[in-house]
Amino acid sequence: MAFAAFGSGSAKEHKSPTKSSKIVLALLMPGLVYLGLFFLTPLFSLVVTSLEKPAASGAIGEYEYGFQWQNYVEVVTTYMPQILRSFFYATIATIIALLVSYPLAYFIGVKLRARPMLQRLMLVLVIAPFFISFLLRTIAWKQIFSDGGAIMQTVYSLGLIPRSEHFLGTDAAVIFGLTYNFIPFMVLPLFTTLERFDVRLLEAGSDLYASPARVFRRVTLPISMPGVISGTLLVFIPIAGDYVNASQNFLGSAKTSMIGTIVDYQVLQTQTYPIASALSVLLMAVIVALVSLYVRRSGTEDLL
Amino acid sequence: MAIDFKPSGADLELKNVRKDFPGFTALQDMDLHIPAGEFFALLGPSGCGKTTTLRIVAGLEEPTAGQVLIGGKDVTASKPHERPVNTVFQSYALFPHMTILENVAFGLRQRKIEEPLKKAMDALDLVELGYAAQRRPQQLSGGQQQRVALARALVNRPALLLLDEPLGALDLKLRRQMQIELKAIQMEVGLTFLHVTHDQEEAMDMADTVAVMNKGHIEQMGAPEALYERPKTAFVSKFLGQSNLFVGSIVDSNKESLSIEVGGHKITVPKARAEKQKGKICIGVRPEKATFHRTKPNLSSDHVLIGPGEIIDIRFTGVSNQYLIDIPKVGEVTVFAQNVGISPVIELGEKVWVSWKVEHSFGLADLPAGNEDE
Repeated sequence: MAFAAFGSGSAKEHKSPTKSSKIVLALLMPGLVYLGLFFLTPLFSLVVTSLEKPAASGAIGEYEYGFQWQNYVEVVTTYMPQILRSFFYATIATIIALLVSYPLAYFIGVKLRARPMLQRLMLVLVIAPFFISFLLRTIAWKQIFSDGGAIMQTVYSLGLIPRSEHFLGTDAAVIFGLTYNFIPFMVLPLFTTLERFDVRLLEAGSDLYASPARVFRRVTLPISMPGVISGTLLVFIPIAGDYVNASQNFLGSAKTSMIGTIVDYQVLQTQTYPIASALSVLLMAVIVALVSLYVRRSGTEDLL
Repeated sequence: MAIDFKPSGADLELKNVRKDFPGFTALQDMDLHIPAGEFFALLGPSGCGKTTTLRIVAGLEEPTAGQVLIGGKDVTASKPHERPVNTVFQSYALFPHMTILENVAFGLRQRKIEEPLKKAMDALDLVELGYAAQRRPQQLSGGQQQRVALARALVNRPALLLLDEPLGALDLKLRRQMQIELKAIQMEVGLTFLHVTHDQEEAMDMADTVAVMNKGHIEQMGAPEALYERPKTAFVSKFLGQSNLFVGSIVDSNKESLSIEVGGHKITVPKARAEKQKGKICIGVRPEKATFHRTKPNLSSDHVLIGPGEIIDIRFTGVSNQYLIDIPKVGEVTVFAQNVGISPVIELGEKVWVSWKVEHSFGLADLPAGNEDE
């Protein structure tokens, strides 16, 4: 047979432009300046602050430079429960958000393809909560879940839980708030990958003896993996550092403090800036480590 | 070859299959039997229902009524993944996240067949793409992807292989080459092939049996030669090759032949080649069976002669010249003449007569569109 005759030649190598023109530099300038001023400088300042020690004057909120690495030891030993809780909440909330968002994104991106108007409307509905401030929405949930609210009144009168128990201030309430607030960040990247998903592959899969469940596991899910990865990252990272939902003023209680809650308290209440900075640096380091591990394990290094 | 395919596939039977879509009927009471091991082509223009038929056989579409039997077993209610059928899709539908080898091994893995990778590799060797096993579909050309799709279907040794215009996206040269390869593979593996195409040359070239479909039903079915030599309907005579058609009422009838009168000319067809033998009928002839003459020839009664007419168009196509001749009160007649170098040099506007042997005429069962009124 003469199939070999159709072998393709190797693709031409594309040379990337190496000449740095002045225009390119000029176009890059605003971005570079911005990153330098508003990202690198604060980052450097944060790291420096995290190593400061109390000023000799002894005044509250006054610190001076010293290589006080013990700050980190103190942070880890004192706030281990909050650190673990942050990542626990973030993991659970991310998983729930993924489980809720995937079918929704699939429905909007694949099933509604034939009806573009409805598809756009659904997308608007997903984004609609952003039209109202994040804080207002969380306070609204606090009202809804309060002991006097309709939900808890129903639950109490049905005798599902005793009146001495509350929903607000529990792990579940905080995880609910976190999941709710970040679901759009999960739906949108999932939608973008699923929107381009070639449904003919589903037919090919079933034609090749795969049941619908196996087609999903072997074809749909792997192909939508880039969306899953970016969605989970977009949700996990901000949740790990969130300080609103877990706060006592919103859905949390003293038992639900996260890293963000502690940082918030340290900065605004006790003015122990080095401790707050050390916690922040630690949070950042753990997230970077977790994310790189995650991305490497899922085989989508191109995202980094 | 390394794969020991089953000696032959299974036969396929469609019984009164009907498919309604909202607003139109894609298939009307379709009856079809394809014997095991045959290369069967469904030929028709787009929208004729051929792809719907194929999708019903694959289980991707549910018939509104009727039964689908594969190897004598009723599979009408079976899901696609439960049918012993594989499809080569028009879009190839290769899995972009898998290597070529994994694509081919997919069906084997689903059925938990032993040594899926080894068998997949053998199938890739069969289509001469073993060297590309570790590449991704996006790195292959259209022709190569088509062969991967074929290997991915063949490796499962399906009872029935469905081909949904698999060569449609290839350029002409590659398409002709692939037709030869596909036919060779079918003969080698002995599977039943159901090939859907709108390319009449492709269907005639490859298939043992061709069914010409139009508007949701089969117009005519048979061996390619039989279909070409004796089309039974106006649609088939025009869709499968070209035809000159003449409509008229029967004016003369004897034991052997029928004649109609068109524009003062007598056009005759052997009775054995006439589907309809009463009233107004349509007689046709293939353009390559007709010849033209610059002077009125003296022909015996076993020839049909019409003319004179005027050459109004000459098209040079390489192997033959196509002449369009306008004959007053008859209409336009096409004549193909082999480009053998000694053909008479003829100019536009010249006066010619057209003739052919009566045995080359064919009588249709229906009349071309626009002639229905009696």
